[in-house]
Amino acid sequence: MSRKILLEHIDVPGINTFDTYRKMGGYRSVEKALKTMSPDDVVEEVKKSGMRGRGGAGFPTGMKWSFLAKPVGVPRYLVCNADESEPGTFKDRYLMEKIPHALIEGMITSSYALGANTSYIYIRGEYFYVLRILEKAIAEAYANGFLGKNILGSGYDLDLYVHPGAGAYICGEETALLESLEGKRGNPRVKPPFPAIAGLYACPTVVNNVETIAAIAPIVNMGGDEYAKIGIGRSTGTKLISASGHINNPGIYEIELGLPVEEFIYSDKYCGGIKNGKKLKAVVAGGSSVPILPANLILKTANNEARLMSYESLSDGGFVSGTMLGSGGFIVYDEDSCIVRNTWNFARFYHHESCGQCSPCREGTGWMEKVLHRIEYGHGKLSDIDLLVEVSKKIEGNTICPLGDAAAWPVASAIRHFREEFEWHIKEASISQTRNFGLLAAHEALVK
Amino acid sequence: MADKIKVTIDGQSVEVEPGTTILNAARQIGGDIVPPAMCYYSKLKGSGGKCRTCLVKVAQGSEKDPRPMPKLVASCQTQVMDGMVVENTTSPEVLEARKGIVEMLLINHPLDCPVCDQAGECDLQNLSFEHGASNSRYEFERRTFDKVDIGDKIQLHMNRCILCYRCVYTADQITEGRVHGVLNRGDQSEISTYISAAIDNDFSGNVIDVCPVGALTDKTFRFKNRVWFTKPVDAHRDCDHEKCSGKVVLWYKGEDVLRVTARKDQYGEVESFICNTCRFEKKATADWTIEGPRKIEDTSVISSNHYEMAHPLPVIEKNEALIEANKKMFHKKIK
Repeated sequence: MSRKILLEHIDVPGINTFDTYRKMGGYRSVEKALKTMSPDDVVEEVKKSGMRGRGGAGFPTGMKWSFLAKPVGVPRYLVCNADESEPGTFKDRYLMEKIPHALIEGMITSSYALGANTSYIYIRGEYFYVLRILEKAIAEAYANGFLGKNILGSGYDLDLYVHPGAGAYICGEETALLESLEGKRGNPRVKPPFPAIAGLYACPTVVNNVETIAAIAPIVNMGGDEYAKIGIGRSTGTKLISASGHINNPGIYEIELGLPVEEFIYSDKYCGGIKNGKKLKAVVAGGSSVPILPANLILKTANNEARLMSYESLSDGGFVSGTMLGSGGFIVYDEDSCIVRNTWNFARFYHHESCGQCSPCREGTGWMEKVLHRIEYGHGKLSDIDLLVEVSKKIEGNTICPLGDAAAWPVASAIRHFREEFEWHIKEASISQTRNFGLLAAHEALVK
Repeated sequence: MADKIKVTIDGQSVEVEPGTTILNAARQIGGDIVPPAMCYYSKLKGSGGKCRTCLVKVAQGSEKDPRPMPKLVASCQTQVMDGMVVENTTSPEVLEARKGIVEMLLINHPLDCPVCDQAGECDLQNLSFEHGASNSRYEFERRTFDKVDIGDKIQLHMNRCILCYRCVYTADQITEGRVHGVLNRGDQSEISTYISAAIDNDFSGNVIDVCPVGALTDKTFRFKNRVWFTKPVDAHRDCDHEKCSGKVVLWYKGEDVLRVTARKDQYGEVESFICNTCRFEKKATADWTIEGPRKIEDTSVISSNHYEMAHPLPVIEKNEALIEANKKMFHKKIK
């Protein structure tokens, strides 16, 4: 359960340089793909691997690739989404910073599979120093003949560019990213058409997360069937988890999907338990937009089975008692955390980041933030709780892009699981300004 | 041309060309089942999908794949499939969602209809009358902006804006050179010109007509009169501007033409765009050839006060076409 694939050579000194990376077996997938496989063979291997997109939605990558339209005479593009901006997620930055060539190798192999001759890495503006690292790595790849014209004498040409965003969360949404890459205002597009039909410059485009693309190299190297054996069920492979919050060892962990959540939180190999010997209160398992779960539900599903770190197990029970793996931003809260303040903080983020294009999200996110602010600072009314639930329902599913859902879920789930705490915040307004609520009585007996 | 496909909306079937959107199919049927649209504008490419008031439920995706669509869809963007079954006014879910959208649209809207020039012909006013609640649950300060003059003929009152982007598409597609767009994001987004540059081209006045609310108003008409006290009359002139049709509506008060607008159809869309000269400069009856009275829907407040018998408009008495049209009402007065 501790097999490392992406971060296998993370501790090798100088792994960020081309020579060391090559010595450790880097760029083998490019050689294998370009010399021995047809583009369709590569797509087939990725399909067999069963890998699901690592950006958050968890859509099978091979299937996404097979949807790509291939009209004659029209260029196709691969765009890497390195606009990692989900609060709680920082895995892509780590990967790009430490092993930039892993992403570039994946980009070359994937571009070959998709028949793209120009590919882009869209990186968030705040990662400016990572952009320099990537550009250096790209220059090295060009110098060694892995990018440019006639790569490895195969006749395949590829140009790779890095493009920085200007610091907007919304540009992590794939169509907003494409708009921004085209030099326009980063507003999500109305779908259909999906990017696979008309994406960048109205040409067929695939947009994939950094981690997804980096995982293409090992899939090609070991073969799709072999990769599919790692993990559990339909959650194949390994996943980078960004662990943060009240834990002893915050950081990036590469886990094999299917690891029990309990082991992940309490094992010394991973998070190392809750800081200062406190009790676990809640977990946001996949970045700020996924529903928050209280300790009892994150460790065990509603059917009393152990909850695993996998797409299926985390979403077991739907949104009533489950959550999502999302992008793997694993935020842990101890018993002293204030769920109301945390929810307000998330709502403030989504209010700030709403692009303002469609009405429910533009107006609703601000409304939710204001109501939560009022509750947090002791001016709430009991009717506010139902109002929040109603506003979140009016936003959810009615917007152009998933930002509306992402704003609605944390609020709705916090109220679903921690309603007592919200009520306490309102009824005991003056006390709530001096101390935190602590654990719910119902949860206390169940957690370590 | 491919065969026509059949779509059923609220129990009424219609056959349309492939590629038609649900909204346009509903408009072919007409009547109450047409979803309201605040941002979609058939004459502007790329418009729509933003306001979400036209959300409908697709109860059956198509003949081949009868599964319903999981979410409500924007009818102005979703193309019909053969055998699609759509629920608009018959779906409580849709009406509930629409009520929510209207509430959202109104929470930052100043509701200053009593002093707004658009009142009486405002899409948002009609929408909230039909779908909105009588009071708001929003208890916070509304966002506010200063009024801005964009050019000497147009005023932008951003507080009232619902960010439909219609004016942006108009400025982009109808006028020469784009100087007009959206700044900032979220609920702080604002329609603006780059560093308050004036909109200075001979088609800019059309942004006033496409605005569904009172955010962009005609400065030559501001505070002159309430629209329901004015009398709309169809007229045309031979405009030498190549893109201008010269077909307008003159809004009379007494003998004076208070304003000139393009002709709008029943969905509030202009029939053809007009140039600034026709809109702002030609405000004398002598400039125009009168065609006849403008037909305004019975439900509009504008039609409540028309062509009263006691004091027919001087323009009606002078014009053959208007005399003919109003013969029944005025037979006693008109000689």
